[in-house]
Amino acid sequence: MFFCKFSIFHVMGTLYIDTDILIIGGGAAGCFAAVEIYKKSPGCRVVVMEKAHIERSGCLAMGLNAINAYLHEGQTPDSYVAYVERQFEGIIRKDLVYSIVRGLNEVVEDVEKMGLPIEKNEDGTYKMRGKRSIRIFGERLKPILAEAVQKTPAQVFNRVVATNFIYDNSRVCGAFGFGIRDGIFYVVRAKAVIVATGGASGIYKPHNTGEARHLLWYCPWNAGTGYAMGIRIGAEMTSFENRFIALRVKDVNAPTGTIAVGAHSKQINARGEDYLERYYKHWGGNKCLTHHRLLATVEEKKIGRGPCFLNTTTLTEVEERRLKEDFLNMNPQIILLWATKEMNPRKKPVEIYGTEPFLVGGHCQAGYWIDKDRRTTIPGLYAAGEVAGGAPKKYVSGSWVEARIAATTALGDIKGVPLITIDEDVVRKEKTRVLHPLTKKAGISPAEARERLQKIMDEYAGGISMNYALHEERLLEARRLLKGLKDRMKDLFAVNHYSLVEALECIDRVDVAKVLVEHLIYRKETRWACYQTRLDYPEKDNSRWLTFVNSVYNPKTDEIFMIERPLCS
Amino acid sequence: MSIFIDETICNGCKGLPEARCERICPGDLCYRKENTKAAIRDQSACWTCASCVKECPVQAIELRLPFQICSNGSSLKARLKRDKTIWTVWDAEGHQEEFIIRTRWLKGD
Repeated sequence: MFFCKFSIFHVMGTLYIDTDILIIGGGAAGCFAAVEIYKKSPGCRVVVMEKAHIERSGCLAMGLNAINAYLHEGQTPDSYVAYVERQFEGIIRKDLVYSIVRGLNEVVEDVEKMGLPIEKNEDGTYKMRGKRSIRIFGERLKPILAEAVQKTPAQVFNRVVATNFIYDNSRVCGAFGFGIRDGIFYVVRAKAVIVATGGASGIYKPHNTGEARHLLWYCPWNAGTGYAMGIRIGAEMTSFENRFIALRVKDVNAPTGTIAVGAHSKQINARGEDYLERYYKHWGGNKCLTHHRLLATVEEKKIGRGPCFLNTTTLTEVEERRLKEDFLNMNPQIILLWATKEMNPRKKPVEIYGTEPFLVGGHCQAGYWIDKDRRTTIPGLYAAGEVAGGAPKKYVSGSWVEARIAATTALGDIKGVPLITIDEDVVRKEKTRVLHPLTKKAGISPAEARERLQKIMDEYAGGISMNYALHEERLLEARRLLKGLKDRMKDLFAVNHYSLVEALECIDRVDVAKVLVEHLIYRKETRWACYQTRLDYPEKDNSRWLTFVNSVYNPKTDEIFMIERPLCS
Repeated sequence: MSIFIDETICNGCKGLPEARCERICPGDLCYRKENTKAAIRDQSACWTCASCVKECPVQAIELRLPFQICSNGSSLKARLKRDKTIWTVWDAEGHQEEFIIRTRWLKGD
């Protein structure tokens, strides 16, 4: 069934590669999928297309200090799914979340065997950090995953950015890419494609600007390309309106969970009050939902009791040192912020705030609409990790489980599937589209396009300046302005390969933002406070909106069709 | 400023097709200048992930924070050993603090 040798040939600046399975994005899910495929089928050919370098790309580049999806003794798949369902106000794909929960512990053990240090009890079990969480020493988690891929025969193409799927209106049969270093256009034919890219940052105006504009919670080079590629071929997308806004350490965006869960610090307002317990008891106080922690912090700011903090002044010297080690494994910037007497966390509580909104399938559930085996609605295309929708709070370990499921499904499905012949006109057309900004000497720079998009989204689609709130009139204006911006994308110009990638990212972000705005317009209730707050429909309406909001883009008419899908058991 | 490359220490990874920081930066921001020293093309595009700081074998790269966020002049360097990461922080008062963290298991551990 398989040919072990890769077929590669080069014509006039275009590289043609044939493979069995193409994985787009060599992050947590992509690396795990490659390893999994070779474990199950050593003769299979796998190509990984990676925009950066798999040793330090995407979300995990900085490292990770905890795995927040793990089934400790006493927890069951049922209790786990119930927790996720409650956190997401009743809207999750239970079938997907169940399939993730069942695989969590196994994948964590697999990654431990690859070399990841995990904190343990004396009896060898993982030490409980939080109810569903374990402490890891993951500064080198990404290099460890990359090393596992490098031990397989998978062909990794680093510094190749995917631009579009090869799609013949019946199935996905590969993908196009641009080689950032060599300037070569890549045409990869495959029997199956697993999309495993990151979510989308940079859609909204960030909290930090100027020299600090890329100090974000989320990897700034996760431009939503995986979503945009699916949108452009009419793949069904779900829950884009379920945006994610992180409650983080102000400015440096270090995780608050490391302090709150790891060091048991309480959230206090500017008056030193435990504001969750004092003012928001009706939401559950300190046991409230994740987005209510954020909402309470935003409310305190509005009322004049902000800024808010995590009270770290009760930490002992030993606890402070441990906390610093945890941050070095994941967010080293905060160590610099603390590196002066006045800012020492035992002297001064740590200020927290809400970031700008992001689109992700790992914390929230924006992404491809998939079946339980991780098939998207387009034959030949599978999704895993951040771009797969409907299964929030999967985080890194859930992404590994999804990668395992997608790899297994793709391997089963490619039996008997031939590689199709690709029309040269299709190749030429995409190559022209991708290289177009390089042919122009003047026009709109990627920075101008980025700032325009971020301004529109911030002001009209519920960014930080609007305290994340949304309503119909502003959203309709966002729709109108985005249409105008999309029409100007043809005027983007690039001066080198680096800025060409920036230009392509702008195009992808605008395509994603347009779909996001349609989702925000469609859901006429307030389902997830802050993530999706409608001022004109302030209540949660279970009689009407206990449903998924999905969308399909029609590239021929440039229209987005909204679809409702019922919750399944 | 997000990273500072000390040109008196940087050897540009002479002999390699790319400097190590150039190879690793997730944002494709590092490059080798004509004088063979490494440089960052756009400080404002840096995520401060410290990948280059860790990757540099001669510790020529320091992590700093943009002035608007942190004005205390602190900096951070890292040395990667096979199984551990050694961090050195210089604080505003010029004190130095070191952290040694086990960051991977090796075969036989």
